[in-house]
Amino acid sequence: MAVFQHDVLVIGAGLAGMRAALAAQGEGANVGMISKVHPVRSHSNAAQGGINAALDAGDSWEEHAFDTIKGSDYLADQDSVEVLCQEAGSELIALENMGVIFNRDEAGRLGTRMFGGASKARTYFVGDITGQAILHVMYEQLMKAEGAGQTPMRIYEEWLVTSLISDGDRCLGATLLDILTGEIHAVLAKGTIIATGGFGRVYEPSTNALICTGDGMSQAWRIGAPLMDMEMVQHHPTTLKGSGVLITEGARGEGAYLLNSEGDRFMEKYAPNAMELASRDVVSRAEQTEINEGRGIDGCVLLDMRHLPEKLIQERLWQIRELGIDLAGVDVVKEPIPIQPGCHYAMGGIKTDVHGATVVPGLYAAGEVACVSVHGGNRLGANSLLDTVIFGRRSGIAATTTGRDMDVPPLPDGVIENEKQRLQELFDRPQNSDRIAQIRWDLGVSMDKNVAVFRDADGLQEQQEEIKKLKERYASVPVEDKGKVFNTDLIFALELGYLLDCAEAIVIGAIGRTESRGAQFRLDYPERNDEEWLKHILLTYTPEGIRTDYTPVTITQWAPKERTY
Amino acid sequence: MKIALNVKRFDPEAGNETRNQQYAIDLPEHSTVLDALIHVREYVDATLALRCSCRSAICGSCAMRVDKQACLACKTKITDIVKEEGQEILVEPMGNMPVIKDLVTDMEVHWSKVRQVTPWLRPTGPEPEREYLVSNDAMMDVAGAMNCIHCGACVSDCPVLEIDKSFIAPAALAKAYRFAGDPRDGTHKERLQMLSETQGGIWDCTRCNMCVEVCPKDVRPMDLIMQLRDKAVAAGVAGGTGKRHGDAFSSSVRRLGRLDEMRLLPESVGIFNAPRLLGELRGAFRMMRVGKLPWKHALPLVSKPIPGIKHVRRLFDQARREEKETKE
Repeated sequence: MAVFQHDVLVIGAGLAGMRAALAAQGEGANVGMISKVHPVRSHSNAAQGGINAALDAGDSWEEHAFDTIKGSDYLADQDSVEVLCQEAGSELIALENMGVIFNRDEAGRLGTRMFGGASKARTYFVGDITGQAILHVMYEQLMKAEGAGQTPMRIYEEWLVTSLISDGDRCLGATLLDILTGEIHAVLAKGTIIATGGFGRVYEPSTNALICTGDGMSQAWRIGAPLMDMEMVQHHPTTLKGSGVLITEGARGEGAYLLNSEGDRFMEKYAPNAMELASRDVVSRAEQTEINEGRGIDGCVLLDMRHLPEKLIQERLWQIRELGIDLAGVDVVKEPIPIQPGCHYAMGGIKTDVHGATVVPGLYAAGEVACVSVHGGNRLGANSLLDTVIFGRRSGIAATTTGRDMDVPPLPDGVIENEKQRLQELFDRPQNSDRIAQIRWDLGVSMDKNVAVFRDADGLQEQQEEIKKLKERYASVPVEDKGKVFNTDLIFALELGYLLDCAEAIVIGAIGRTESRGAQFRLDYPERNDEEWLKHILLTYTPEGIRTDYTPVTITQWAPKERTY
Repeated sequence: MKIALNVKRFDPEAGNETRNQQYAIDLPEHSTVLDALIHVREYVDATLALRCSCRSAICGSCAMRVDKQACLACKTKITDIVKEEGQEILVEPMGNMPVIKDLVTDMEVHWSKVRQVTPWLRPTGPEPEREYLVSNDAMMDVAGAMNCIHCGACVSDCPVLEIDKSFIAPAALAKAYRFAGDPRDGTHKERLQMLSETQGGIWDCTRCNMCVEVCPKDVRPMDLIMQLRDKAVAAGVAGGTGKRHGDAFSSSVRRLGRLDEMRLLPESVGIFNAPRLLGELRGAFRMMRVGKLPWKHALPLVSKPIPGIKHVRRLFDQARREEKETKE
């Protein structure tokens, strides 16, 4: 057991984490970056369609901001959205200059495509592998920093943070499991940045990778950082039947149609102007309505690309063509592909300011795990990659400058021993007939049934009861693999605990918000209610129970209006 | 669908022995090898270790050998492997790297080679005001290499790496192409020189095509290595044995219509390179003994061309003409 020390500790090595680490290193910080997977395995990879920025002469950051705010159903904090959209252009150019490959127009300039909820074509892209292309270049930059012998950075690759360390006031660092050896260690830092991504595996099915288990949200919550807008869970309109694997919005951006069982482009009824490119919440609800009213096909609707030139598909959508063939047995050039709405993204998360700072001193958050809030009730496609790099960089700088005149805090007594004991208890439980995977499956399926596109009081109550039972089952299920080296069973057990915390917060938020806004659609409260609900729900974990607070939405220059597409 | 898995297992805490373990499970028709392994881990045997995450061939975590060939488990359908009922599926960890536990390997072998190719963009001119102006075709060309997810499948099954640990191997060389082919990089010549002259560089590929066959993302690493060779020749930095070997090979075929083994070596390593030539003598005798160097090729002082040599030469001339035309 060892105790490591850094100026800045970054947890998670996706785009937000790597951007934060590079920014902190650029400011002179000694950085430690922890990731439970190798950085290029991170889920930022899966962002297919692109990254938004108002860069062209005919566009402006104000228009991008308005589209984002309208997309959020007026729940986003407008001062935060202004930061996101104002800094988008320079950050995009910085990415290009670093080496990201982007599609070009005839003049060799960066080329754009249309995306949902956008009034202008401002989505910059690399085929349909944009996230991967940016993530891998960010990792190149890490290797470059390493090669140039800049201030040292240590990457704790395949290490899992098990808990954050707090002295009751500040965040001091984290306890770590070295997956390779099974040993528990501690790391102390002046500033800790959480960049662990979303909680998509709370739902079954989900577009999210198996690693997206809400670790950081739960861990920050447990040391007193409030979670905000947790009820706002985005369901992506085009996910593959069964597995829930993502089919990019870029397909519709390039002109694909949505069809029901009668062959109609049903979006005409729901969004006559934007059609397939309305906001994701609007399209997902439309699809679910078609399916519920009997115009679906086996629980799905169809995404039709047959009218698009094969060359365009091959050049701009090659990955989803391959996914269709491999995972659904459908070549999108020849046949429409069955799709359904599926859990995709957490708009909510750890409440932060525009510098990534949370309510807890010394604790920062960036990317999907954070709630600044720039996405409000519904995130626009291609705004998530932007969110990761903008607020990743800002949190890296803030954590470094705030900690500059501080010392690395000492390790409180007993921290490592207590954590070891907590984990040992998981091994020591007697065998029973339950399984970690079964509890996770039951959680996912019940969340999908009760807290998905359409919600009501009865379903939400039922889910709250279900989570209580699942937590009881979780408290007695043992870790079966007793080994130390690469014990994935232990990892799944810890992850399930994080998932259950996130699910609990989602349901409390959804019960609390008695209106329909963005991704939260209450059948029993079908209207948006600006008089009562232009506010965020904040949930704080206390030893006495979960406390609910409210904070008003920040409105700068865009007064809430009726939202049509 | 009934599935019979035969998984090669290794637990470092239980000694240094590997063992094979059979699992019989039942899963829906469209399942992948990864679905099967996850099912085993979740409901049958929690001690089975493997890496996996995205389930859609994007993260590159689940590369392993299935029926003796490297692949991504999430992209490999059971029905593509099992041709008759009851047929066992053999699942093993990747090759050419140490095994940590069961199907989990240490990929540092690969990443150390990636670091060897200076894997970041090195622009040399003045910084542009906005983006670099480059053609879409040039970007799409390198996007092919960028499609690599570093899963390690090609590294696992590369037969050159198996016998020569210094070989930079297909994935890292594909990564090198991503920079040597990127018009924004200002150090193409240095890169090509390094790749050409360093031990284990581009000339050590034997063109066996294995990396192209196992790559789950159609990166075609070998084709990129061949393009790197062309670029190195064009940049005038391919003076090493590899380039001379290629030239000797093709001039021999043009002259005789077959390989002239006796001249290939001196022309490749240099006619006055006595130590190297003497050093290879033993190898030459061994080749003769196993029939790889026929006596009638080795003995005559003047070799005779094969019948119909003019057809061979016509092919050479046509290829040269076509090459010239594409260049113009």
